[in-house]
Amino acid sequence: MNIHEYQGKALLESAGVPVLKGVHCMSVDAALAAYDELNSKVVAVKSQIHAGGRGKGTLYHPVTGAEVMQGGVKIAFSRTEVKTYAENILGNRLITIQTGQEGKIVSNLYIEAGCAIAHEYYLALLVDRDDKSVLIMASTEGGMDIEDVAHNTPELIHKINVDPNAGLLGFQKRDLGMALGLSGAALKSFFKALGSMYEMFVSNDCAMVEINPLVLNDEDEIVALDAKISFDENAEFRHKEWADLRDLSEEEDVEIRAKETGLSYVKLDGEIGCLVNGAGLAMATMDVIKLYGGSPANFLDVGGGADEEQVKTAFSIILEDPNVKGILVNIFGGIMRCDIIARGVIGATKSLGLTVPLVVRLAGTNVEEGKAILATSELDIHPANDLAEGAKKIVALIRGGE
Amino acid sequence: MSIWIEEDAKVLVQGITGKQGMFHAQKMVEYGTTLVGGVTPGKGGQDILGVPVFNSMIEAVSQTDADATVIYVPPPFAGEAIIEAANAFEQAKGKGVIVCITEGIPTLDMVKAAAYVANRPNIRLIGPNCPGIITPGESGGAKLGIMPGNIHAKGRIGIVSKSGTLTYEAVAQTMSIGEGQSTCVGIGGDPVNGTGFIDCLAAFEADPQTVAIVMIGEIGGNAEQEAAAWAKDNCTKPIVGFVAGATAPPGKRMGHAGAIISGGKGTAEEKFEAFEAAGIACARDPSELGEVLLKSLKSAGLR
Repeated sequence: MNIHEYQGKALLESAGVPVLKGVHCMSVDAALAAYDELNSKVVAVKSQIHAGGRGKGTLYHPVTGAEVMQGGVKIAFSRTEVKTYAENILGNRLITIQTGQEGKIVSNLYIEAGCAIAHEYYLALLVDRDDKSVLIMASTEGGMDIEDVAHNTPELIHKINVDPNAGLLGFQKRDLGMALGLSGAALKSFFKALGSMYEMFVSNDCAMVEINPLVLNDEDEIVALDAKISFDENAEFRHKEWADLRDLSEEEDVEIRAKETGLSYVKLDGEIGCLVNGAGLAMATMDVIKLYGGSPANFLDVGGGADEEQVKTAFSIILEDPNVKGILVNIFGGIMRCDIIARGVIGATKSLGLTVPLVVRLAGTNVEEGKAILATSELDIHPANDLAEGAKKIVALIRGGE
Repeated sequence: MSIWIEEDAKVLVQGITGKQGMFHAQKMVEYGTTLVGGVTPGKGGQDILGVPVFNSMIEAVSQTDADATVIYVPPPFAGEAIIEAANAFEQAKGKGVIVCITEGIPTLDMVKAAAYVANRPNIRLIGPNCPGIITPGESGGAKLGIMPGNIHAKGRIGIVSKSGTLTYEAVAQTMSIGEGQSTCVGIGGDPVNGTGFIDCLAAFEADPQTVAIVMIGEIGGNAEQEAAAWAKDNCTKPIVGFVAGATAPPGKRMGHAGAIISGGKGTAEEKFEAFEAAGIACARDPSELGEVLLKSLKSAGLR
């Protein structure tokens, strides 16, 4: 789960990490009031969306598609500029390197006071899958795309792994600060900020905290100028406060509904809907559809214990996508019995009035009963014995229908 | 022989009084698994499925001399259940295998639990978020997890996979060419887990019953690449591989917590390339795993 920069900064500030003064706004008037309140010669007017590359993004009119302004993060030197930038950002579509072509409509702004920057750094905390620990990465190359830095000058990225038994130790914080070339008051400020950030990472069950740039100001103080924070959704049960931080407009409506019914759904841009049990098999089903010349419309895992009702919900979610020209059901029954799935499929196709071709591949527990149930129905259901056959069949059926 | 779990291994179930725990404990017994007890704090003293329920793991291991435990405890408590099991096996027996089926454990809980287990070299953790481990026997066998027992048969193919149902698919593929399995291990789809691919490859390489290995990976992380590099230098037995997620879009989590391409890394293509570079015979379609395996067995003179 991602949160906005302004929310991340509030978390950092309450954890004791220095941030600049700023105000979250949702209207041009609020942006102007924020400018007056901040009383700073220079302010940054920042689009708040859950994607990176905002500064280099472009804003477009949501209806006409006309270009409105280059850059989703602007430095304003006057009240008039704040007004212009806020007007150009709010309600418009921001397309960045990370949003995809559809971009995101910006409805939140962050107006932030300026800062005299001595140097920009990069800092990130994340879980290291290989070392099974929290990894802290820092670089002197702040403000840059860190993937490029890692690729071109890997020696400029410094890493420490936190031993979960020992926690983040003083020498590690000092070593990392010194690797960045810090000393004296600046090193002390870094030491303190990093300690606070690690505490925040752990106590909030973060999946990632990325500060790019982390800056040293002209008073030798370390300040977080940006904040990209995401949470580990598995820990949601112990963070009731996340409900207030969640911006549902940033998430696909249909993916939220799928999650509520215990389904895992990701929309793709192909034409064959997939209904599968198990995440690995669901991915493999998509891959095989592609291998035989089709394109998957979605990833959908109905989970290990889906009932008839869930199968029906899964069908209705798949059919909401107007691109879907056919559906492939692929179930390897373990705990889930094939006869139950077969009944679910029949119930769903009847009640939803399915008009696109449907191929069903069943294997595993009670497969014979499942197949018999499908065979005796009067519905136009095409059986398949294995995944490859299923994929070939649905691709052929779609082609035949054209 | 088999790896880590013998056909007659003595097994405990943590969370046996819960809905999931009881259902799967029953299935395990039906398959022929030697269930020796269950653990649910506060519910000790009763009998379930003919075995005693204990209040703690230390009590259960001490009294039953169990070799392994299967955890069906809900996510908020599962990290600690792993640590409790590791401690009990270490204290009471000096060794043990912990299989954690639970999906949805907070990552930082797993960081703690994995570190706790890693500090105890005779304790093995399999999972979490996995189907478990199964060693089919002549009749019955040891089923420690949620996989459908009836699709398996004792044989000489070792299977290791990150995914549940895709493992079953691999099992069915071995059966389609008349081969059974020595042991099947689901290592799970979480970013932080216990046993990894390399542990499994090393164990299968050392196991005399296993003659060939099927390895199923998926997008995210680089465990498959590391395993391939390791296999190139250390495995003499033929390996057949598949990686799920060639069509997965970057930056999207595909069901499993760990199945995500981030920063352009962890793609299926990258993993397939690593497999092929290590001489692992790949199937691009899991329905062809059987054929590819048969070909590998033939060229190794095993068929």
